[in-house]
Amino acid sequence: MAGKPDEPALSTKPATLSELRRLAAHPATTALFALLLVLLLGFIFSGDGAFYKWTTHRDALRQASVFGILACGMTLVIITAGIDLSVGSVLALVAVCFSLFSIHWRLTPWLAIPACLAIGTACGAVSGGIIAKLRIQPFIMTLAMMVFARGLAKTVSGGMKVSTAVANDDGTYRYVDVPQIFRMIDSRLLGDNISVVSLIFLVCVAVSWILLARLRWGRYLYAIGGNEEAARLSGVPVSAMKVLAYGAAGLFSAVAGLCQAAQEQQGDPEAGTAYELTAIAIVVIGGTNLMGGRGGIGLTLLGTLTIGYLEKILSINAVPEAGRLMLTGIIIVAAVLLQRRRA
Amino acid sequence: MNEIHQSESRHAPTDAAGAALLAMTGIGKSFGRHRVLDDVDFDLRAGEVHVLAGENGAGKSTLIRILGGVHQPDGGSIRIAGRLVRPRSPREAAGFGVAIIHQELSLAPAMAVTDNIFLGRERTSGGWVRFGEQRAAAGRLLKRLGLEVDPGRLVGELPIAAQQMIEIAKALAFDARIIVMDEPTSALSEPEVERLFARIADLTTRGCGIIYITHKLEEVYRQADRITVLRDGRKIITAPAAELPAPALIRHMVGRELVEHPVRREPVAGEVRFRVEHCTVRAASRGRPPVVDDVSFEVKRGEILGIGGLQGSGASDLLWGLFGAHGRRATGRVKLDGRPVALRSPRRAIRRGVALLTNDRKQSGLVLSMDVAANATLASMPRISPGTWLSRRRELELTAASTKTLHLRAASLRQPVATLSGGNQQKVVLAKWLNTRPRVMLLDEPTRGVDVGAKREIYQLMDEWARAGHAIVLITSELPELLLMSDRIMVMHRGRLTAMFDHDEATPERVLHAAMGGS
Repeated sequence: MAGKPDEPALSTKPATLSELRRLAAHPATTALFALLLVLLLGFIFSGDGAFYKWTTHRDALRQASVFGILACGMTLVIITAGIDLSVGSVLALVAVCFSLFSIHWRLTPWLAIPACLAIGTACGAVSGGIIAKLRIQPFIMTLAMMVFARGLAKTVSGGMKVSTAVANDDGTYRYVDVPQIFRMIDSRLLGDNISVVSLIFLVCVAVSWILLARLRWGRYLYAIGGNEEAARLSGVPVSAMKVLAYGAAGLFSAVAGLCQAAQEQQGDPEAGTAYELTAIAIVVIGGTNLMGGRGGIGLTLLGTLTIGYLEKILSINAVPEAGRLMLTGIIIVAAVLLQRRRA
Repeated sequence: MNEIHQSESRHAPTDAAGAALLAMTGIGKSFGRHRVLDDVDFDLRAGEVHVLAGENGAGKSTLIRILGGVHQPDGGSIRIAGRLVRPRSPREAAGFGVAIIHQELSLAPAMAVTDNIFLGRERTSGGWVRFGEQRAAAGRLLKRLGLEVDPGRLVGELPIAAQQMIEIAKALAFDARIIVMDEPTSALSEPEVERLFARIADLTTRGCGIIYITHKLEEVYRQADRITVLRDGRKIITAPAAELPAPALIRHMVGRELVEHPVRREPVAGEVRFRVEHCTVRAASRGRPPVVDDVSFEVKRGEILGIGGLQGSGASDLLWGLFGAHGRRATGRVKLDGRPVALRSPRRAIRRGVALLTNDRKQSGLVLSMDVAANATLASMPRISPGTWLSRRRELELTAASTKTLHLRAASLRQPVATLSGGNQQKVVLAKWLNTRPRVMLLDEPTRGVDVGAKREIYQLMDEWARAGHAIVLITSELPELLLMSDRIMVMHRGRLTAMFDHDEATPERVLHAAMGGS
């Protein structure tokens, strides 16, 4: 509306102090601040110069990618004022299925990958449908799906890791090759400079961003999270949008499951335990509001980098896992407090 | 039933009668710059039922909240049984013997009857609750109230009438002498009402004083010993019921001069645009009477049909039902420009050209976390996102066009609506509905919580829309607004249509009389 002289009520003035203050209060500013703080930590405790090596950054991004992919789906769901606790289990289910299809059944990736994505999407869509139509609280419904999908993963795998050790009919084992598609997903591109998994994560970020910021559906998701009643009375298809959000979370969990299987070269039915909590932590550190209606995928990208770097910096400084966990907990509280002060 | 039956006027001549239980003098209260109560005197005697009457917004609830310790008065004094008190919390007020029974009952549904009765004032010894004693006491109280209910049952399992009795039991449990009942019969059936009245008679003979708020004329004259009328935050009159017949009561309630703004010009009604036949909306909980009961009406192009009614009239539910927002609870036939409309979902209603502005913009109108443009286009997304891609340029164009005709004052179209004033927020909601290109606009309290200037602007806009051929249905609890804006006025009382007036034959007295269920 800038440059329309016939609208005196809607003027666009140059940046004033109050606008700067608004910028400072923007959640992205806070999230960026948190990330820079963590990076500063890296410059101070550089692990004997390891922090200055590009490979460290490359690996930090790679290690954070699976969590980041999960966090993309989690962001969509949290924006509708929901939560999805099943992402870790769905990841395991898909990892198991992907390994089974690719290693044991020797299916072509052209079949295996779509099938796996469909399985993950179905899990999410079922949760979303039940939440919308039968009005079960998202926490409860996805808790149920979390347990169910884990059970399904164990059923499919027979309770064991699905690996390149394949059982013969007589009970002995033979080892088969790691499928080509696994090696491909676990490789690096651009002269070894970026992991394929990281690229997949960035694609997921882009897809989520388009959905949230450039499609009608994204607007509907924000409206549902901000005021579901007002959204319904404005003609927003609330049930369909909930199926969309949880279905998308399931789809992203499946993508993460593919990556996880490729990286581990096996399908572990116990994989992804407590990953949902990391994903939620990433979303929250980014600044997306758990009450719904506010936030965005850019924030989740920043949150992913913050958590990823924190992990990496602690590990290059050889901080034991016990200390890492405690520090992560403290950082989560600090980040949220920081946001509340600004809000 | 009971031996006590209604006689035309009640008398409660007991030994306790006449002693002053409560005297509130010179009570004043402002919220911000808005003066809600101004120098109000109110007193209550033991053994009487004192009806507090007044239109919506007259200050009744504020006065009661001050008595109940929810609000503190800016000035004036409260004496209970001659002692000067200043209740600073509901708990303190309860300590002074004041019990307030709200329309929406304040019981914990998942707790047992006994636990509810003693909630907050458990009988204890050394920190341990004496459950046995509580149970026995609760049993005695319930018996006294003629309520045969196991005190161990959960309150949520009981019908509304029984829950109300439990509220009364709760009041008696701590020897309340001043009992306020705010529209106690609004959710009760006829026999339940009779039972409640019998209990009220009981309470007064025991020396309690009852402050009774009701919007039903019949109840006023069956219950009241005395009546106090509030209007615009002032006390107008206190008189024995016998000396204040219904016409006089209504005159006092309406009272104010109608300042006629020349807003609504000569109406130009065309052919019938919106026809509603036998609309009924079931209550949300089973076993309750329907909230809208067999209402039929029609609105012509260019016409503003006003719906008058007091709290519980069902007018809002009628509009929700017509908009599809009550889903299967609503039945009836609706035709828009001759074609039937299904009362299925808001989404369908919007597509057919029906718009509903609800009476609570924060609860059901705006998404406060979104900006002006997102709110203004929420109900008309297909217009700004052909396919599914959102065109931010079109979004801003559409918003700018619609908010300009509404004279919205906002720093930017990307400003969060939460930071706008009430009047401007309302304009955003209006813009949202204008953008759906409606043919019928259902407006429920469109000027609630907006300042005088914005109010006038909204009146002018309504006139313009009518002139442009829209059919408008207007609900307003402000009588002057109703009389000013409506070409015809339909009055509802407890879900039923009780009267229909043309603009010229409507007077405040006649409308209010019909709204209170008078015939």
